[in-house]
Amino acid sequence: MSKISIQDMELYYGDFQAIKGISMEIPENKITAFIGPSGCGKSTVIKSLNRMNDLVEGCRITGNILLDGVDIYKEMDPIVLRKRVGMVFQKPNPFPMSVYDNIAFGPRTHGVKNKAQLDEIVERSLRQAAIWDEVKDRLKKSALGLSGGQQQRLCIARAMAVEPEVLLMDEPTSALDPISTNKIEELASDLKKDFTIVMVTHNMQQAARISDKTAFFLLGDVIEYNDTDELFSNPQDKRTEDYITGRFG
Amino acid sequence: MEISRNQFKEKIMKLVFLVTAMASIIAVIVICGFLFVNGVPAIKEIGVKEFLLGMEWLPMQEIFGILPMIVGSIYVTAGAIIIGVPIGIFSAVYLVRFCNEKVYKIVKPAVELMAGIPSIVYGFFGLVVIVPAFQTIFGGSGKGLLTASLLLGIMILPTIISVVESSLRAVPEHYYEGALALGATRERSMFFVTLPAAKSGVLAGVALGIGRAIGETMAVVMVAGNQPIIPDSILSGVRTMTSNVVLEMGYASGLHREALIATAVVLFVFILLINLSFSALKRRAD
Amino acid sequence: MIKTKDRHPMSMFLNICMKIAIIFTVGILAFLIGYILIMGIPNISPELFAWEFTTDNQSMMPAIINTLIMTLLTLVIALPFGIGAAIYLVEYARQSSPIVKIVRITAETLSGVPSIVFGLFGFLMFGIAFGWNYSLMSGAMTLAIMVLPVIMRTTEEALLGVPDSYREASFGLGAGKLRTIFRITLPSAMPGIIAGVILSIGRIVGETAALLFTAGTVASIPSSVFDSTRTLAVHLYALLNEGLYMEQAYATAVVLMVVVILINWLSNRIAKKLAK
Repeated sequence: MSKISIQDMELYYGDFQAIKGISMEIPENKITAFIGPSGCGKSTVIKSLNRMNDLVEGCRITGNILLDGVDIYKEMDPIVLRKRVGMVFQKPNPFPMSVYDNIAFGPRTHGVKNKAQLDEIVERSLRQAAIWDEVKDRLKKSALGLSGGQQQRLCIARAMAVEPEVLLMDEPTSALDPISTNKIEELASDLKKDFTIVMVTHNMQQAARISDKTAFFLLGDVIEYNDTDELFSNPQDKRTEDYITGRFG
Repeated sequence: MEISRNQFKEKIMKLVFLVTAMASIIAVIVICGFLFVNGVPAIKEIGVKEFLLGMEWLPMQEIFGILPMIVGSIYVTAGAIIIGVPIGIFSAVYLVRFCNEKVYKIVKPAVELMAGIPSIVYGFFGLVVIVPAFQTIFGGSGKGLLTASLLLGIMILPTIISVVESSLRAVPEHYYEGALALGATRERSMFFVTLPAAKSGVLAGVALGIGRAIGETMAVVMVAGNQPIIPDSILSGVRTMTSNVVLEMGYASGLHREALIATAVVLFVFILLINLSFSALKRRAD
Repeated sequence: MIKTKDRHPMSMFLNICMKIAIIFTVGILAFLIGYILIMGIPNISPELFAWEFTTDNQSMMPAIINTLIMTLLTLVIALPFGIGAAIYLVEYARQSSPIVKIVRITAETLSGVPSIVFGLFGFLMFGIAFGWNYSLMSGAMTLAIMVLPVIMRTTEEALLGVPDSYREASFGLGAGKLRTIFRITLPSAMPGIIAGVILSIGRIVGETAALLFTAGTVASIPSSVFDSTRTLAVHLYALLNEGLYMEQAYATAVVLMVVVILINWLSNRIAKKLAK
């Protein structure tokens, strides 16, 4: 059964229709990649999956988005939703506080006060994000002192500390060097056994390397959605083919 | 259950923040209300014409004409502008284009410091330095229109300098460079090209300076002489609207007190007009 | 070789004007500070800091303590409103909403109102209508309204300076708006807010006209917030007004000036650190 189900979703910014009635099923414990040229709506869709678009003035959504069969816009509190559907942003955005407090922010938000329990969550999350060895001696130091790649893994650890079921990643490696990118990709492949991952990427090789399913977006519409191998080796739509062979975008 | 309690808290706090945001609106309404309710009846009782255009202020005989104070405020403010604006503009241009880093690092904090010195300290300085100096130079009491104008001119300097400086810095660099490229000197380029381009900002600075000067109380009251007459020379004593309030409010009662409040109402209207023109100028400058 | 200046008398004239202006500006400040320090420091004596004010010693100690109490009370009243209003403007309101426009205009108006008008208003509202007479409370309420726009503006700027990515990250972790504001946004904006608070302290400490008819001029430490009290700046005015205590006035002016200069310097330093 699919984890997230998008049904006839349309999205408007004021009068402008940004998403034109898309439907797709996102499977559990897989990596689903959204690809497409800039402005195609892929970031907009991923942000709708944990209602980050609520913060945008004049943004309106029709259709249904279901998480485990429950409509996230009509039947779910955004706070509960965001606990279950975590997000990693394009640019690493650690809070200006210590590494420890960054990770503990989420659990504390959701009511964990016990120090030992917090310690355990912090260590487990940092280990999961493969950054524990690099920061274990500087947990009390500011997170802003870390390198860009470390900051992004910290943000992944921070997202995982609230034990979400789904992890949304909005171009998580676009601001990183190749070595850090590689680490994040390995991490994502590793994490899919515990999480459902949805990733927006600009980088087609990245999508081909690590994702199980890929959706190709163009002008606010999903042109093609298929198993990654299938989509890249045997695209059904001419526009998909043009894009993946680099003829535009 | 937990969720709805959270949502409730969020809603309540949003309301609380909204209420705090209303504070400044309420403050302005209440200030206007109290001043007008207490002042306007007095103006009616005295007579609008007698009050605004009356030449004599004799509280003991219930004669309340504030024209000398209105004129006094205007004279003193005009004097402050005549002294403060040129010095302020010249200083600002110098800071923007003609001084090196080292000088700037000394002068800029000095100007900021000037803005922070309390008006009572300026008044004290005026009383013990400028007044005796003018006594020696011009004879007489040393207190009066010129003294007050000079002191206020000094006090509005930091306002003028910082507003003019920032509006000069907002003028695109290529204006200045274009003028230089035509063979103009640096001075000519700044004063005839950049400065006119920053006109709205400069005027906003002047409006702000006027507001400061006309509203200043403690410094003026110590050096202006405070005679409620229309000054006939720049050395003669002068009383401003602000001084009128501060000098007599302590002991006034009845119609006298209301006349003082009415003086503040007139001052307040002046200030509102100046503020309006300031915001209009600022909007044009932006 | 002909120097540029020789060929351009106008430019030379402007250049000289600028130099005179800048020397005048800095010179007058240096003279003011120097004069008051030189005349005042020799007059500073231990008895000026006696706990009790008498007509003999003209001690400024009660006034110093009153200034401290007045500052604290004013901030306690003004801070929640100033910071709350800024939070509403930045975190809640739509920037185009009429409320935001009205709040901005009124705050701008407030910051242009002369202190004597605040004083008169405070006298009418708190002193007479509320029946608090000349008192610490009347004075603090009046000053609170006076510094409100300062606190609002600086807090607003500080909040606007907090990157949106912090807010997004916090919401993304399932934190609500309140938690995001109190745990993430406000702490990040704290240095800017503190700079604004210090600026307001400078205003409060230096204020005279707004206090004369609200807090009054009683020169001892009040026993309740409804007693009259004189701050250091008012104390200086009272000394000058009586005209009998010039030495004490000089000494008081030194203390007042040094305190205010220190406060402003501190505020500027914090603001500069932020700008980096």
